[in-house]
Amino acid sequence: MSIALPGFANPVLDAQSCFRAVLDAMARPGTIHATGHALTPPPPLSQATAAVLLTLIDAETGLTIAPGLAAAAEWIAFHCGPCPGCDFIVTDSLPDLATLDAGSDEVPEGSATVILQVAALGAGTAFTLAGPGLQHPTRFQATGLPPGFIAMWAANHRLYPRGIDLILCAGDQLAALPRSVSIGEG
Amino acid sequence: MAVLARASLADLTERLASSPALPDHVVLRGPEEGLVMVRGRIGGGGGGFNLGEMTVTRCTVRTRGGQVGHATIAGRNGACALLAARIDAALQDAGFHDILLAAVIAPLALRQEAARTQQAARAAATKVDFFTLQTMRA
Amino acid sequence: MAYVAVKGGERAIDAAHAWLATVRRGDPAVTEIDTAQIREQLGRAVDRVMAEGSLYDPDLAALAIKQAQGDLIEAAFLLRAYRTTLPRLAHSLPLDTAAMAIHRRISAVFKDLPGGQVLGPTYDYTHRLLDFALQDAAPITAAPAEGAAATEPMQRVNDFLRDEGLIEPDGADTGTPGDLTREPLRFPAGRDVRLQALARGDEGFLLAMGYSTQRGYGGSHPFAGEIRMGTVSVIIEPAELGFPIDIGDLVLTECQMVNQFKGSKTVPPQFTRGYGLTFGHGERKAMAMALVDRAMRAEELGEDVTAPAQNVEFVVYHSDNIEGTGFVEHLKLPHYVDFQSELETIRRMRAEAQHAEAGA
Repeated sequence: MSIALPGFANPVLDAQSCFRAVLDAMARPGTIHATGHALTPPPPLSQATAAVLLTLIDAETGLTIAPGLAAAAEWIAFHCGPCPGCDFIVTDSLPDLATLDAGSDEVPEGSATVILQVAALGAGTAFTLAGPGLQHPTRFQATGLPPGFIAMWAANHRLYPRGIDLILCAGDQLAALPRSVSIGEG
Repeated sequence: MAVLARASLADLTERLASSPALPDHVVLRGPEEGLVMVRGRIGGGGGGFNLGEMTVTRCTVRTRGGQVGHATIAGRNGACALLAARIDAALQDAGFHDILLAAVIAPLALRQEAARTQQAARAAATKVDFFTLQTMRA
Repeated sequence: MAYVAVKGGERAIDAAHAWLATVRRGDPAVTEIDTAQIREQLGRAVDRVMAEGSLYDPDLAALAIKQAQGDLIEAAFLLRAYRTTLPRLAHSLPLDTAAMAIHRRISAVFKDLPGGQVLGPTYDYTHRLLDFALQDAAPITAAPAEGAAATEPMQRVNDFLRDEGLIEPDGADTGTPGDLTREPLRFPAGRDVRLQALARGDEGFLLAMGYSTQRGYGGSHPFAGEIRMGTVSVIIEPAELGFPIDIGDLVLTECQMVNQFKGSKTVPPQFTRGYGLTFGHGERKAMAMALVDRAMRAEELGEDVTAPAQNVEFVVYHSDNIEGTGFVEHLKLPHYVDFQSELETIRRMRAEAQHAEAGA
């Protein structure tokens, strides 16, 4: 039974530290932050994915777990106790962003956030990021984003202030692509 | 679980002192404090409504034998919740079940029942016996 | 908002806090009160703070009362602030108040009801004469106990009337109830959200509103069908277990008001009901809540909405003493800039008026 694996050793401090990492990653799109290295989550969850879930998801948060991560669903249910819903989607393969709830003009913060587990950050396909939080256009590399991602993101970015935010996790690292960032080829 | 939820830390440690040591454990979750939103029913029997919250503490442990014990109890007492979860886990172990039931659960249940009976008896003493004209004449 | 941030005054604030701590402690020659004493000996204050703080935890309520020097609204405020630091782990199954372990149960409509009239620990028959014996730690006589205690759950008074079809039935279960701690209030507010607001509402406000209905402002001729106080167990169903567990007891007070109803085109004449339920021993609160709940059903029952207690927006928006105190007391915050502009306006208007007079 996968709940046999513990969550954060120190729930308050560990969650605060991971929250800080997510906050910094959102504020500076594409920067890579370490988190969750002390965790022993059940496969196929990476440490960073597990840390982000433990930090952001609770009994009042709607979470959808993609089939690829279903083996960890019991662990997530036990430690995070999410309710069914699409406030957050945790997945190992990026869904079509256009099918997700991008929020409304009145409540743009009601949009979905995707926690995407990828193979690697800082290596692989190169992108150029620009927008709030980046003084100059910045190079960003990730392995595991689908082909056609740039076009899909452009459509998402155009919805601003509506739109989907993306948290990328690989191993014990995370980076974020908030809806405000524009993405080009690197 | 209802008995453990109503036991004080002193009750639990007292009862455990006279029973074999609980199995070694690792904590899987907690003990953590949180809230339960308490729901009532409109009119006492109708649709639900949110009455207000209460504090609770929950804990989950796993013993070396692989038994997972859970506890969620009213109030904020992590030590109580941890012991309750450990007892819950041990109760699933055939080697401990009967001993713990006899040494911990049964005596605590008895004590709690006695407290309830005493309250009920006090309430009964305040029950009104009406003397109406009719009964006085009879 | 009409105030501006002003810096400075830190030293003054520190000194004010230090003095507050001294004043809270009072004369050091007098023994300091501890929170267990408050919990055990000022139980009604603890109950009120839990009800209005909307958080059941007698120890925390006792601490809040000590910290607030007995200012119960301030204490409820402290509880409300504390609860925001805790995650909500679960919702309970709806409480079964019919299965309450009764400490008190009375009915003003049936004298000889099954289970009887149980007075419980009540002030009702005290003479309201100050008891100077309490100034000294005099021993108390133990409360008598009677062997033949009722162990069966006590049937509700409403059930007798319902058997005859003379009282409206309980409504159907309408799914997940609204929660005003999570979603902003919207009108028309459902009865679920109204009861939640009343349950955490200010006892004084509800008392005044309830009283006003008795004095003719939206009267509906109430009877106290039943008041019961006692302990009820709380049941939750944790996902990891998949079955319900009992997590402990709450002391609750419940009031069923029974009101005359002339009937309407579709409903025959019958009794309607108002409902009150509150944390702790809070009979006045539960009764007032039931009166106001019934008054707010005026529109639903086809009655004219003429009185303040029948006006859902008025009652629900003004029942919360934490919100009320926040908005009233915010007037203490610096309004220097907007007052300057008001001052300017008044001066200009006067100057213009004088100018016009001089010109005439």
